[in-house]
Amino acid sequence: MREIGAERITEVVKRLCVEANTHLPQDVKNCIEKSYEQETWPQAREILERIMENYSIADKENCPICQDTGVACVFVKIGQEVHVNGDLAEAINEGVRQGYSEGYLRKSVVRDPLDRVNTGDNTPAMIYYDIVPGDQLEITVAPKGFGSENMSQIKMLKPSDGLQGVKNFILKVVEEAGPNPCPPIVVGVGIGGTFDKAAYLAKRALMRHAGEPNPDPFYADLERELLEKINTLGVGPQGFGGKTTALAVHIEQFPTHIAGLPVAVNINCHVTRHQTEVL
Amino acid sequence: MSISIQVPMSREQARSLRAGDSCLLSGVIYTARDAAHKRLCELAAEGKELPLDVKDSVIYFVGPTPAKPGEVIGSAGPTTAYRMDAYSPTLIEMGLTGMIGKGKRSKEVINAMNVHGAVYFGAIGGCGALLSRCIKKAEVIAYEDLGAEAIRRLEVENFPVVVIIDSEGNNLYETGRTSYLESRKG
Repeated sequence: MREIGAERITEVVKRLCVEANTHLPQDVKNCIEKSYEQETWPQAREILERIMENYSIADKENCPICQDTGVACVFVKIGQEVHVNGDLAEAINEGVRQGYSEGYLRKSVVRDPLDRVNTGDNTPAMIYYDIVPGDQLEITVAPKGFGSENMSQIKMLKPSDGLQGVKNFILKVVEEAGPNPCPPIVVGVGIGGTFDKAAYLAKRALMRHAGEPNPDPFYADLERELLEKINTLGVGPQGFGGKTTALAVHIEQFPTHIAGLPVAVNINCHVTRHQTEVL
Repeated sequence: MSISIQVPMSREQARSLRAGDSCLLSGVIYTARDAAHKRLCELAAEGKELPLDVKDSVIYFVGPTPAKPGEVIGSAGPTTAYRMDAYSPTLIEMGLTGMIGKGKRSKEVINAMNVHGAVYFGAIGGCGALLSRCIKKAEVIAYEDLGAEAIRRLEVENFPVVVIIDSEGNNLYETGRTSYLESRKG
């Protein structure tokens, strides 16, 4: 059994919160720069230039890329051979608390969805645990803004709706979101599982390196086709028109019930943030 | 070419702007988002005085990150505006002439803008680091308990915005997209 101290986890989460919010991952930057090269509409090009300028400033000055520094979504893969000394959830939340306070990040979490009093330290984090073989512990921190989160949808399709139904629903969600989620967006899709599992898959799809295809060739093709279709909608950067509505479409699929075809679409803005560290 | 605008601005000036106009705002604007709007409208409903003079004012829908030592403000880009749709008509009726945000607005807001003379500006969402450079002074004037959602008085210089919806209901989200799609057909 490998021992990992809770304090070490707190340290890592704290650092990842600050890094994720101030430095856009290279994979997302690559997608934005590639879109800029392909964009022909002048207004759209101008906005993409401002977006690139913005993340360069954030890199240089270590300041938040966006003022919505999000809720901290934390994905933890725990090796079965790992034993954490201390309270793992509390260690993660302490990391979020310290990261958001010392990193001058915005505290955007309310303690109750109806009484809406701010917790003041951006906790609790949204934590997802995955038990895997091995003796390592992998932590991904993904701050998620709500401008895009609010534009996400889930639908329990019928098996007879099939592939076409899935495509139509994804395009409908992106079209309805229009300018609201700060396009260009990254589209996370979960297909299959149960109601909750599909939503989880859609969120997890956003953790993939932007533009990295699904390992299954069928789904990789579907991702390419949907990206192409989304980029003919004309919404464009910020919704002012143009080709660049989405930077990437990521699909995660899972077995499901004979009676069901759940599809969840989780939208992320151009500030798609995630940082990972393996302990 | 951008139009330079001194804020606060009159209703006449708001009415003169057209969807698609690029503008640079200089002067004083106020920040407010969900929680502050709710409180402002509750006060208005009770006939009480508001903590800011709404007449001719521009409200920026933003909840900035905290300023680091020596900074005026942290990152400060726009938040999605439709969440303020329930409150904006009341403030427009009281004399608000401009709003800065991003995303669609309701028919009720667009109608109030038309009746009273107001304009809806867009700033680039997700560019908070860049936009905060145009903010020269920031001071909390109400609802400090709301943290990022407190009302701040901002002094801005050449703050870049574009008119998304004008007082006649022209909408850049519709015209921009249509022009782009038509250009693809040709």
